[in-house]
Amino acid sequence: MSMKAKPASKLKAPADESLGPANTLWRDAFRRLLRHRLAMFGAAVLVIVIVMGIFGPAISPYDPNGMDFADRFAGPSLEHWMGTDDFGRDIFSRIIVGARVSLQVGLVAVSVATIFGTALGLIAGYSTRLTDEVIMRAMDVLYAFPAILLAIAIMAALGKGIGNAMIAIGIVYIPIFARIARGAVLGIRNEEFIIAAKALGAGDLRILLAHVLPNVLSPIIVEITLSLAFAILAEAALSFLGLGTQPPDPSWGRMLSEGRAFYRQSGWMAFFPGFAITLTVMGFNYLGDGLRDALDPKLRR
Amino acid sequence: MNYQYVLQRLLLAMIVVLGVTFVVFMIMQIVPGDPARVILGPYASDESVAGLRERLGLDRPFLEQYLTWLSKAVRGDFGQSLLGGQEVAPQLWGRVGPSLELALVSLAIGLAIAFPIGIVSALKQGTLLDIVPTVFSQIGVSIPSFWMGILLILIFSLNLELLPPTGYTPISESVGDWLAHIILPAFTAGFVSASIQTRFIRSAMLDVLNANYVMTARAKGLAERAVILRHAFRNAMINIVTIIGLQITALFSGLVLVEIVFSWPGLGRLALNAVEERDYPLLQGTVLVFAVIVTLVNLLIDLLYFFLDPRIEYV
Repeated sequence: MSMKAKPASKLKAPADESLGPANTLWRDAFRRLLRHRLAMFGAAVLVIVIVMGIFGPAISPYDPNGMDFADRFAGPSLEHWMGTDDFGRDIFSRIIVGARVSLQVGLVAVSVATIFGTALGLIAGYSTRLTDEVIMRAMDVLYAFPAILLAIAIMAALGKGIGNAMIAIGIVYIPIFARIARGAVLGIRNEEFIIAAKALGAGDLRILLAHVLPNVLSPIIVEITLSLAFAILAEAALSFLGLGTQPPDPSWGRMLSEGRAFYRQSGWMAFFPGFAITLTVMGFNYLGDGLRDALDPKLRR
Repeated sequence: MNYQYVLQRLLLAMIVVLGVTFVVFMIMQIVPGDPARVILGPYASDESVAGLRERLGLDRPFLEQYLTWLSKAVRGDFGQSLLGGQEVAPQLWGRVGPSLELALVSLAIGLAIAFPIGIVSALKQGTLLDIVPTVFSQIGVSIPSFWMGILLILIFSLNLELLPPTGYTPISESVGDWLAHIILPAFTAGFVSASIQTRFIRSAMLDVLNANYVMTARAKGLAERAVILRHAFRNAMINIVTIIGLQITALFSGLVLVEIVFSWPGLGRLALNAVEERDYPLLQGTVLVFAVIVTLVNLLIDLLYFFLDPRIEYV
């Protein structure tokens, strides 16, 4: 067992190899993805959102927090493409800058869910019946809560703010990754290459990381893409409820909730942020569906 | 009949509910620092913080706190609201009715949309009757329910003045008013869940339409209507019921937001109020009742599935 530390450093090599250009499996999938029209549409939308997220403050036409009280509640015009809000701030600029929050929350929350969920799922699927039962029943418990309500409850305990929103959303999606990873492990744990690795004396950790993980990657990659869609919706919901991003920072959910107060006189305040959320979520959904088709050609009909 | 399945499901549901109580109990335990201090704010005196700690039982050992809380909760005692000191339980029971009404009507609307569209788009695969619903269901999956709710209020309440924008009337007072108030929120939640269900119903129908027994039914010269209704649809139902069950939790999750947008006096809105007021006992009670309802509904659907599927019955 003193061997355990050593293989860990070598582990990366085989895992990386399976992702590298030499492997035609991944290259084929990538080619199929490029031919998937909806997935490419989704990817195009996401490229725009990512550019907005990275370069937001540099490319926005106005200062997203700059107030102009002479120009409050202005409707969409050539000067202000999406109008202005109750403080006279340019909504188009706030949408551009707000992309960063959505992407940040999405990435961190989904990373939390992926890392913990996949690890738990791998362990559950690979280890003894008892460990499996304990882990999966715990996942059932987390799954019994309506997602948004659980996130709200976690936020209530940890406190408001965008950092806690990331943690809350991440926790909510752990069970989904655990279930997918476990299911995939159960499908391959008795395959010959696993038995061969065992026969060669590989430790459990090495088998899990070097042999099991690369083989369960494709359902997890698909789920990561679809979960990003969910996470962005959830961040918007929490910010809409006033629990996520705090003023004056722009976030789409926050802007939507501010717009809600004024929807009678200026509907655009609520319309554009909601439209941005829908389009981004749709982008991730299309890309996720395309990835699923590309990575699992057997399912295509 | 295989009652072992029923017993197993019951046992699993009980374990899940027990786990749920533990998670709900933990809400107050994971508050960073001293929950009593957080609740009362930075200007409260040390004595009042100590007093609240004692009232909430935070000074006792962890396990003792949990068991005391649990033994009260199973008897329907969720403690007192931190603000005003009212009992939590009666506040909750008043909210369960409206939440369940909204859930049922949303589910009914969702299924009423999803069934015909899902079946037709499977039968007319690849035609316009398949593509248009697919586009709509993609929108439905991506649209934030709270945004859709606001748009519906803008269109149907403020511009067309057909329906009241928010609020609730008990069905016992006036059926017409109740209906007028429930249509928009139920349609919002129903549309989102219909989008997911349409896709599942479509693929469940596609699966059975390609099955050998459907080919046989056609080969022996049955009318197409009989093939679809008696052979394909009935078998597709088995998968569809399972999926509806899985969707229930998602539906309830959507309801939380819909209730808030439409000022619906249900559990979702109560939970948000509790969070805003840092009223932990009220929040715990709400979340617990919500999660238990979801677990029970899922159990009910699992059992329904068991009674629906003749293959299990004749084992």
